[in-house]
Amino acid sequence: MMKVNLYPLKEFKLPVVAECISPDVFLGKTPKEIGELEVWEGNKQKKLGDLFKVEVETTGSSQETPLITVQGDVSRVRRIGAGMKSGEIVVKGDVGMHLGEEMQGGKITVYGNTLGWAGSMMKGGTIEIHGNADDYLGAPYRGSTEGMKGGKIIVHGNVGREAGAHMKKGIIKIYGSAGQFIGFRMKGGTIYVQKDCESRVGACMVDGTIVVGGRVESVLPTFTIEGLRKKVKIEEGEVVEAPFYLFIGDLAENGRGRLFVAKEPNPHLSHYEKFL
Amino acid sequence: MELLIRNGLVYDPINGVKGEKMDIAVKDGKIVEKVNERKAKKIDASGMVVMPGGIDIHSHIAGGKVNAGRLLRPEDHFKDFERKTVVTRSGVGYSIPSTFTTGYRYARMGWTTVMDPAMPPLEAKHTHEELSDTPIIDKASYPLLGDWWFVLEYLRDGGIEECARHVAWMIKATKGYAIKLVNPGGLEAWGFGHNVESIDDQVPYFGVTPREIIRGLCKVNKLLHLPHTIHVHTNNLGKPGNYVTTLETMRCVKDLAEDGKPVIHITHCQFSAFKGDDWRTLESGAEEIANYVNAHSHVTMDMGQVIFTDTTTMTADGPFQYTLYTLTGNKWTNHDVETETSAGIVPFHYKRKSYVHATQWSIGLELALLIKDPWKILMTTDHPNGGPFIAYPRIVAWLMSRKAREATMKKINLKARSRSLLPSIDRELDFYEIAIVTRAGQAKALGLRNKGHLGVGADADIAVYNFNPETMDPSRKYNAVRRAFKHAAYTIKGGQVVVKDGEVLKHIDGATMWVDVQLCEPCEMEVNEDLRRRFKEYWTVEFENYPVSEDYLAVSQPITVKADV
Repeated sequence: MMKVNLYPLKEFKLPVVAECISPDVFLGKTPKEIGELEVWEGNKQKKLGDLFKVEVETTGSSQETPLITVQGDVSRVRRIGAGMKSGEIVVKGDVGMHLGEEMQGGKITVYGNTLGWAGSMMKGGTIEIHGNADDYLGAPYRGSTEGMKGGKIIVHGNVGREAGAHMKKGIIKIYGSAGQFIGFRMKGGTIYVQKDCESRVGACMVDGTIVVGGRVESVLPTFTIEGLRKKVKIEEGEVVEAPFYLFIGDLAENGRGRLFVAKEPNPHLSHYEKFL
Repeated sequence: MELLIRNGLVYDPINGVKGEKMDIAVKDGKIVEKVNERKAKKIDASGMVVMPGGIDIHSHIAGGKVNAGRLLRPEDHFKDFERKTVVTRSGVGYSIPSTFTTGYRYARMGWTTVMDPAMPPLEAKHTHEELSDTPIIDKASYPLLGDWWFVLEYLRDGGIEECARHVAWMIKATKGYAIKLVNPGGLEAWGFGHNVESIDDQVPYFGVTPREIIRGLCKVNKLLHLPHTIHVHTNNLGKPGNYVTTLETMRCVKDLAEDGKPVIHITHCQFSAFKGDDWRTLESGAEEIANYVNAHSHVTMDMGQVIFTDTTTMTADGPFQYTLYTLTGNKWTNHDVETETSAGIVPFHYKRKSYVHATQWSIGLELALLIKDPWKILMTTDHPNGGPFIAYPRIVAWLMSRKAREATMKKINLKARSRSLLPSIDRELDFYEIAIVTRAGQAKALGLRNKGHLGVGADADIAVYNFNPETMDPSRKYNAVRRAFKHAAYTIKGGQVVVKDGEVLKHIDGATMWVDVQLCEPCEMEVNEDLRRRFKEYWTVEFENYPVSEDYLAVSQPITVKADV
């Protein structure tokens, strides 16, 4: 197996666009060829080797898709792993925008924070973020309605606004808190927020499931209460055992989306119980 | 500067040149008899097709609603961008490209003249700012006058001559080129939340019918001797069964034609050629329309071909766009209702597997192939409504090759395929006919005397395509045709080589053409007096600030006509 280590040679001041940092692209290339790959730094075209020190270790067959490890702060480097189909990327540091955009398979693990649009429009594979994720996690580019169509995103920290907007399939698990408009215009799939959520959860959603384990500022008036549930299944092998309110919405869009909100942290929602 | 294009196979339908090997000489931006062979720059076009520069009679490239479309669709630009080069500026596509990109992309295909077909008079300045920023190509714009209060009032009162004087002033004030009618009467009704259903419905509050508007403006057009006919987007566009309205629209001006000259241009006819009672029973009405056009000479039309892609629909037909929004549930904008017209924008994805979309694709090509005289049916996509203009090479291939059509037919909706008339049509256009539908016919319909041909004195707008019809059969090598039209070997604009092998070599300004209608002196005064009074009473804009002055255009190219009033 081929292992590629990338070390940033400097602190980036300008945005770097490097969709070439992807296991499928590196596969079968020599260290020199990897260093020759094209990237953009600001408005100048550069080679990957100009910005990163490239180290390659090969053990066994070179036909397996490589493991890429990026060591250091790459918070200005965009589109790492965009469109990747297989292999693995590990980033030990913060990562820039559009991480794993439109990825179809493989795995990305980040031991740090990510900026906006991580896993944007993804179709398959897994992204695990051990720090925080910024806005538009798994959401499409501005204006587009082509949301996440598959795959899994796990965030151990907090996320910003509009996570999972326009989502159609797949799962997003957030073990921290989330900003406003989680699951905006969602059409399917599952979003789980273990801690608190800001307001407007599931605005304009038509289908899919959102589960909030912590406090929700408010539930939109276009959601109607459907009942109380003792537990909620997030995915195979993960069930949250606690009482949940189940809301259906967004009725403004004739939606049938399911919004589960934990009962205990939300005493301000108890007035809904009289409608049951 | 002198230029000599040698040994090309020249297709120049206006002068009857049909693939003859000959040289074209250019001097000072015009085509001349001959140049000094030793001094002139030579271009070897042997084994290549030489045609006049392409002309587009109907393409939404500038103005308020085009710009609103750009704002509405950031995702349209995201994946299609052009970096700046030493000579060109950066920009974005795809269905609503930025001004610079529009100019470059047309030039790369060998197109040199483009008409923007819908300019709300209140937004004329904005439109001209964008047109001035569109490089290389020559352009013009048609002001929307079919729902303009003054026009409706004059026509209601039967004042054709007064209406003509007013229209003359409007065309001069907006620096426009032709009279555009969009869903005549319907847009005014849309301002009050209504529409008109047939050409004999009354327009609310005005007491005129679309028939009276179309006939009235057709008479006005004749009185003013405008170079183009009236340019009509029919009522009921985009509704199943609307081919009847289209036929009635063509019939209603039949008696106004003289000497077999066209008096009406039906634009993007594909959208007006639907048969059936609803979307499920939708069928092609192309045969009926083609039969009518084949039997009459007072009509020209353009295709409005649909391309299977993600595009942005935008027309001044607000009520139609609202219907489209309710059908698709997509985001949309209602625009320009505060001006003399209306407009709507809805992103739209034409899909091969959709019965309706595949039928629309078929209707466009059926029209082009069933109408026997290529001078009557011109090639457009109604950019960006049917698809972006960069799809023209694909349409050329479909028109030239039955095989190309069959290849696409294999991939479309089964029901649409079984009902399509295309399998029964063997006709394949040759390069001479392609030169008509993309250039000569467009120039003739627009009344452009110096464009669309390569005769002595014509503007030196020339396209050279790397395809040799002597050794290759376009019907079989349709992909080679597509490639040739996608990247012109040379595009020459005003005698300057602007594109070579699909690369833009020069960023030059194209001219903005407009019609300077000359009325008799006293009646010009009369028009102004009436308008001034009305502006004071009703407008938020001062009369003085309304017209576009000539110095507003980067390169102004007036075309003077003498009116009968």
